[in-house]
Amino acid sequence: MDLQIALLLGQDGIVNGAIYALLALALVLVFAVTRVIFIPQGEFVAYGALTLAAFQAGKTPGTLWLLLGAGALVALIDTVIAVRAGALGRLKRIALWDLVLPAVVAGLVLWLEPGDLPLVAQVALSLAIVVPLGPMVYRLAYQPLAEASVLVLLIVSVAVHLALVGLGLLFFGAEGSRTTPFSEAQFNLGTLTVNGQTLWVLGASAVLIVALYQFFGRTLYGKALRATAINRVGARLMGISTTMAGKLSFTLAAGIGALSGILIAPITTVYYDTGFLVGLKGFVAAIIAGLVSYPLAAAGAILVGLLESFSSFWASAFKEVIVFTLIIPVLVWRSLTSHHVEEEE
Amino acid sequence: MTTPILEIRELCVSYGKVEALHHINLKVSAGQIVTVIGPNGAGKTTMLSAIMGLLPSKGEIEFQGEVQRNIEVEHLVAMGMTLVPEKRELFGEMSVEDNLLLGAFQRYRHGDRDEGKTMDQVFGTFPRLKERRMQLAGTLSGGERQMLAVGRALMAKPKLLMLDEPSLGLAPLIVREIFHIIADLKKTGVAILLVEQNARAALQIADYGYVLETGSVALEGDSRQLADDPRVVETYLGLGGSGAIKKE
Ligand SMILES: Nc1ncnc2c1ncn2[C@@H]1O[C@H](COP(=O)(O)OP(=O)(O)OP(=O)(O)O)[C@@H](O)[C@H]1O
Ligand SMILES: [Mg+2]
Repeated sequence: MDLQIALLLGQDGIVNGAIYALLALALVLVFAVTRVIFIPQGEFVAYGALTLAAFQAGKTPGTLWLLLGAGALVALIDTVIAVRAGALGRLKRIALWDLVLPAVVAGLVLWLEPGDLPLVAQVALSLAIVVPLGPMVYRLAYQPLAEASVLVLLIVSVAVHLALVGLGLLFFGAEGSRTTPFSEAQFNLGTLTVNGQTLWVLGASAVLIVALYQFFGRTLYGKALRATAINRVGARLMGISTTMAGKLSFTLAAGIGALSGILIAPITTVYYDTGFLVGLKGFVAAIIAGLVSYPLAAAGAILVGLLESFSSFWASAFKEVIVFTLIIPVLVWRSLTSHHVEEEE
Repeated sequence: MTTPILEIRELCVSYGKVEALHHINLKVSAGQIVTVIGPNGAGKTTMLSAIMGLLPSKGEIEFQGEVQRNIEVEHLVAMGMTLVPEKRELFGEMSVEDNLLLGAFQRYRHGDRDEGKTMDQVFGTFPRLKERRMQLAGTLSGGERQMLAVGRALMAKPKLLMLDEPSLGLAPLIVREIFHIIADLKKTGVAILLVEQNARAALQIADYGYVLETGSVALEGDSRQLADDPRVVETYLGLGGSGAIKKE
């Protein structure tokens, strides 16, 4: 291997690593706040990419119908609960978020013919469809089980994952899609050629990570999410509802997932089930961080990305195996070095 | 007396099949300090948790003239009820200041933006918290943690403040300080429901008191009267009591 190839592989690895880092952050966030191991994270990646691809192919993405259907279902359930509890004040919020918002998105999509719109508008519409699915999935699958054990929540995650992959096949078919790059520009740095999309991925990831950092460090809602992760009872006593925190973290995770998908769609062909492998690599990074540390998760993600790209050069048939076996030494090392910190009383 | 801000009727709470609280009736009026004393395991913490909606219960809980059905903690907090729990439940990995800010979360959510002013008031009450505003809550001393827990509760501008053993594990000097602060809080108009082991101090600042034993109210009355009651004196104020009041 000469320097040029090494630089190319390194560039590849870092780009993928940036995406895994975003997904790992989302996984850590969701786990810390809700104790859910969010396997369906990858489906949001695929949905984001394929929704955008459908727009560009002049089609109406099936995810739009999922949004309308899931919204109606959530509205129905919450309305019944609100009426039974005599809390009619909640109905306005329910109608707004679960019926009006999806209907407005659907109206825009059907009226605008997104295929002819500029890329920014297509991306915005894709996010408007996929992101609200996050809190809806939380409401339907996880909220009724908020007090269940991690294992039960994990089983639910597997079920949600399978359901969403199945729906993905139904909506988008078995063929993969690629979207047009955000930029066709190419830059030469000595012997290394960097293309525009690479810079987009790195730039967008960096902006997102900084934005998340600010959100958790500066805003009261960000602090409320951290508080829920640290002490759930304490948070409830401050009036931070577990449901609100869960929905907010799922919204963030869905947003991160969909945006990751949109960022990689011009580089790799995305299939209805691509998300799982991508998400799983984010998961490896999150595991490296023990599902708790954000900076460690990001570092682990870059490591996974580099390992993947270099092993695809040396032993491409085994690249997935190599990445996933990384988990074993990491787990051994973690179990040897971690002193179990007692739960704070 | 004025109308009660909190009135509970026939409150029963069970852990599994075991009933821990039996038909409790209790009233707190606006601007009053009401104390609940009783031995370990009497059910004091259980009672506060049930009132706050952390535990399912039977019976009626009326807060600010409204009977609370399907009580949700978040809803009660928004209505002005706050609990300083026995375990404090601070956010250990966050700063003192962030802990206090989160105390105002429910108000912030409903559009109140004066948390800065409230924090200054809390710092006025607990100057020590101001000195340590950037320190992580988990690294505070026991007394400072207590102060932070009370300060955090005050950030919600409660109408009813419920305190579960605020003197727990504190040196006598700090206990006196905390009780002074509680007595001062009363002057700001907040109603206080104070659960205490330290019966003497509690009865001194309270207007009314209840004695809870094995899940039932054994005695109640004006705090002066209670403090003079020979049964209370013998069991809770004197030295070496039998540990329970004998029912007549
Ligand atoms: N989660 C629980 N499951 C089962 N029993 C419980 C639980 N919590 C409390 N109890 C029991 O209920 C009874 C009342 O407990 P509680 O904590 O309310 O007492 P307390 O009056 O606050 O005591 P202390 O003064 O020691 O704090 C005790 O017998 C206790 O063992
Ligand atoms: Mg107790």
